[in-house]
Amino acid sequence: MRSGVVIFPGSNCDRDMIVAIRKITGKTPIKIWYKEYDIPNLDLIVIPGGFTFGDYLRCGALAARSPVITSIKNHISRGGTVLGVCNGFQILIEAKILPGSLIRNKKLLFTCRETTLEVQSCIENPFLSGLKIGECLKIPVAHNEGNYFAPEDLLKQLKEEGRIALKYIKQNVNEKNYNPNGSTEDIAGILSKNGKVLGMMPHPERAINCLHGGTDGLKFLTNCVEQIIG
Amino acid sequence: MEPQSELLKINKNEYLAQQKSKLEDALEMGLTKDEYNLICEKINKIPNITELGIFSAMFSEHCSYKSSKKWLKTLPTEASHVIQGPGENAGVIDIGENLAAVFKIESHNHPSFIEPYQGSATGVGGILRDVFTMGARPIALMNALRFGSPDQPLTKHLVSGVVKGIGGYGNCIGIPTVGGETNFDKSYDGNILVNAMAVGLAEKDRIFYSAATGAGNPVIYVGAKTGRDGIHGATMASAEFTENSSEKRPTVQVGDPFTGKLLLEACLELMNTDAVLSIQDMGAAGLTSSSVEMASKGSLGMNLNLDLVPTREDKMTSYEIMLSESQERMLMILKPGSEEKAKSIFDKWDLDFANIGEVTNTGRLILTKHGFEACNLPLEPLVEDAPEYNKPFEIKAIKKVLKPSDLKTNLTIIDILKIIFKNPNIASKKWIWEQYDSSVMGDTIFANGDSDASLIKIHGTEKKGSFGKGLAITTDCTPRYVKSDPIIGGMQAVCEAARNIAASGAIPLAITNNLNFGNPDKKNVMGEIVGSIKGISEAASYLSTPIVSGNVSLYNETNGKSILPTPVIGMVGAIDEVENSLKISAEPDNVLIALGQSENFKAGWVGCSIYQEIINKKYDGAPPPINLENEKKVIEIILKLNEQKLLTAAHDISDGGLLTTVCEMLFKYNLGLDINLPGNLINCDSNDPLLQSWCFGEDQARIIIATKHIKKVQLILKENNIDFFVLGQTNSSSNLNLKDITTISINDIKKLNEKTIPLMMGDQQQG
Repeated sequence: MRSGVVIFPGSNCDRDMIVAIRKITGKTPIKIWYKEYDIPNLDLIVIPGGFTFGDYLRCGALAARSPVITSIKNHISRGGTVLGVCNGFQILIEAKILPGSLIRNKKLLFTCRETTLEVQSCIENPFLSGLKIGECLKIPVAHNEGNYFAPEDLLKQLKEEGRIALKYIKQNVNEKNYNPNGSTEDIAGILSKNGKVLGMMPHPERAINCLHGGTDGLKFLTNCVEQIIG
Repeated sequence: MEPQSELLKINKNEYLAQQKSKLEDALEMGLTKDEYNLICEKINKIPNITELGIFSAMFSEHCSYKSSKKWLKTLPTEASHVIQGPGENAGVIDIGENLAAVFKIESHNHPSFIEPYQGSATGVGGILRDVFTMGARPIALMNALRFGSPDQPLTKHLVSGVVKGIGGYGNCIGIPTVGGETNFDKSYDGNILVNAMAVGLAEKDRIFYSAATGAGNPVIYVGAKTGRDGIHGATMASAEFTENSSEKRPTVQVGDPFTGKLLLEACLELMNTDAVLSIQDMGAAGLTSSSVEMASKGSLGMNLNLDLVPTREDKMTSYEIMLSESQERMLMILKPGSEEKAKSIFDKWDLDFANIGEVTNTGRLILTKHGFEACNLPLEPLVEDAPEYNKPFEIKAIKKVLKPSDLKTNLTIIDILKIIFKNPNIASKKWIWEQYDSSVMGDTIFANGDSDASLIKIHGTEKKGSFGKGLAITTDCTPRYVKSDPIIGGMQAVCEAARNIAASGAIPLAITNNLNFGNPDKKNVMGEIVGSIKGISEAASYLSTPIVSGNVSLYNETNGKSILPTPVIGMVGAIDEVENSLKISAEPDNVLIALGQSENFKAGWVGCSIYQEIINKKYDGAPPPINLENEKKVIEIILKLNEQKLLTAAHDISDGGLLTTVCEMLFKYNLGLDINLPGNLINCDSNDPLLQSWCFGEDQARIIIATKHIKKVQLILKENNIDFFVLGQTNSSSNLNLKDITTISINDIKKLNEKTIPLMMGDQQQG
């Protein structure tokens, strides 16, 4: 599989993502510098987490206006697959590739912790199709602006089109803080209309070996790779 | 040269900066009359304002260590694994496989009190620069924080701001913040402590140093532009606080983690070429200390044209440029001819790159501004003649040993445990830690109290069948022990740190220390400094954990009231196979054994303990004594047991004593335990002082281990003549039973433990 990881000056999860993909595919993804207009044909482009330009403005706002976004949009229009994680999700939203917005966490605090995600029933997509609907994945989050907000009509549309991919869920009935950021309907990740673009707040690349406390991130990414290469 | 009147026309303030100074100027800059006279004599002229500013920064306590130097020299700094001891940007130790760990701790106390967010953020930024200046990629951040009393109104604001600032910088730059300590005491009400530690990784033969080389070589300024922020910060950090300290806000630096990230990547990229001859970060006293130290370490001189320094504001004077503490800047000496290649790297990262002068062999620092000579000083007096004071001191130690029977109470064991876990000093700091990104870089094994030390896997050392090497990091200090007995307190900080490293499964290797004290002009404070340095030296020598870097922060007083003496020990250890590292949480059907505690141990040490504070509302009496031989024994045996893969978990006994430690080991899996008691305590009442001292005494050199291999472990312990006491086997009941005396619900205590800090911070929802 040919994959690439986009690197902005303030990206900081690029190496982690490269390590994860190499672990699964045995091949090192190419690094795509944010100033690049031309990128080769790739099976998967990942926009990793970080603070692209410091995110002193809205997260991802500057990144969404950099040259590489044009190339990514071209890749998408060719039917290409894109995964945006954390800051990558924020960038996809700022670039209007995915709808809605990601606002400050409800408690107005950065939060780094494990969350439990539930795979939703959604349209066919290369990210979750090999997993069972209702299956739970333990994957950590680390963000300040991960509170997904969608107005009612958009929410309705996302549901009708089966684009809500991942939700935070309780591990037991008494759990109060299972949703780390207060997102609308516990949404953790959404898909593009064609299902080929997924934006998610949790970091699968941080749960890829037993020393991380779990390997559900590896399971998620492995499934992704398998779906893409068929 | 043009007449001075021309300068007056170009830049009036620069003209003023180049005028001769007076004694009053020196006093205002924090120098004494004697120091001013010494300066005039040594340089054979009356310094102008810029020159005086440079002297005052170099002579400040922060840069010159004038009160502590005499004693710092006595610290043990050598061992076969030490590559670089104190005196560079950070310490460097050999960790095998051609790798080196580079680390240092530094305080940002005064700025953080004045402006908690920026103060702590720039503390993190500064310590990261110290590490990557040496050519190391930072891989972990730690911190040691001390705040005032939890019920003091300002405390909440300071905790919230400092935590946000630490997270704000570390999270953005993408280095995991993996742990540390946060404590509260009223002595810090007007003077909090923010000590940040960074650990980096470099190839052993690719370490970069700061000594300038080669007359004629270009001096390059890189990074952010110079502004008027933080001017004379080093002097501020060396003065006592008064009620007007908040007026000092303009001397607080402002951090920009994004530029910090660019500088980190650009420097490491450049260091991968052969262009860099020497490099120094512009930290305290900015361009002054970096240029003076680089030139003097190389026994050379430096000529700088200050018109070429990238500035953020117009008409900055030589004084302002030299004394600014704007963040994210570096000074480098490059190999001649490599400037263009270097510049292209900094262009890629959108950073300023300016050739501002050259190395000379004059032994002088010569600065020009607008074509006028703004400074012409010999370097030797700036560095060599900084005063070294032998301040009078008195080491006061409390010798009175309290007996359990001195503490009478109606409180039961459960009452006391509840009070302990309602104490924010003991309670879980999860609320704080979750605001730090602890898992970025993907190498964090244990962070934030999951293990006694934080564990980081070393990227790229993976082998067949192993995840590779790991580094263990901890910060420790028990200020109330240091207050009661500075020597014992100093020893205890080192021993607890070493115990924590060992309890995580790693071998303790070396120390960075952050010595936070009050005003050294007071005999008793100077006694605390001298005493704790003696204690640290003795323990560090005995345990072969030399001090390789550190920082001193004095004048931590407000309106004449001093903080508790707080010599923080940051220790680093290494483990060959990181998957063998140990957590604190016991698993079901583990046997818990207290190492270092004999069968005959029937009464605990209550003096200076958390338990004593609960009963007496104060700390007095001598702190628990330190027996270095026992400390070493318990460290060696735990490493031996772990090497044979006989352990599931380990947790050292410290604040709150044995029962507190046991509870913490049972929390994660909600386990229960029927705890064994020595014969004499079996029929006690729950408020019996002897029983309570056994539960909560703070005797040192003890670690509780959890094992599935009780027979093998017992055999090894006996063979090695180790004192131990079998506490019992964990079960799934969630009840901690003390024979027929009392039953403690681990769930209840765990809830208290997790709610304390959120409640204190007004976050009701948590838990």
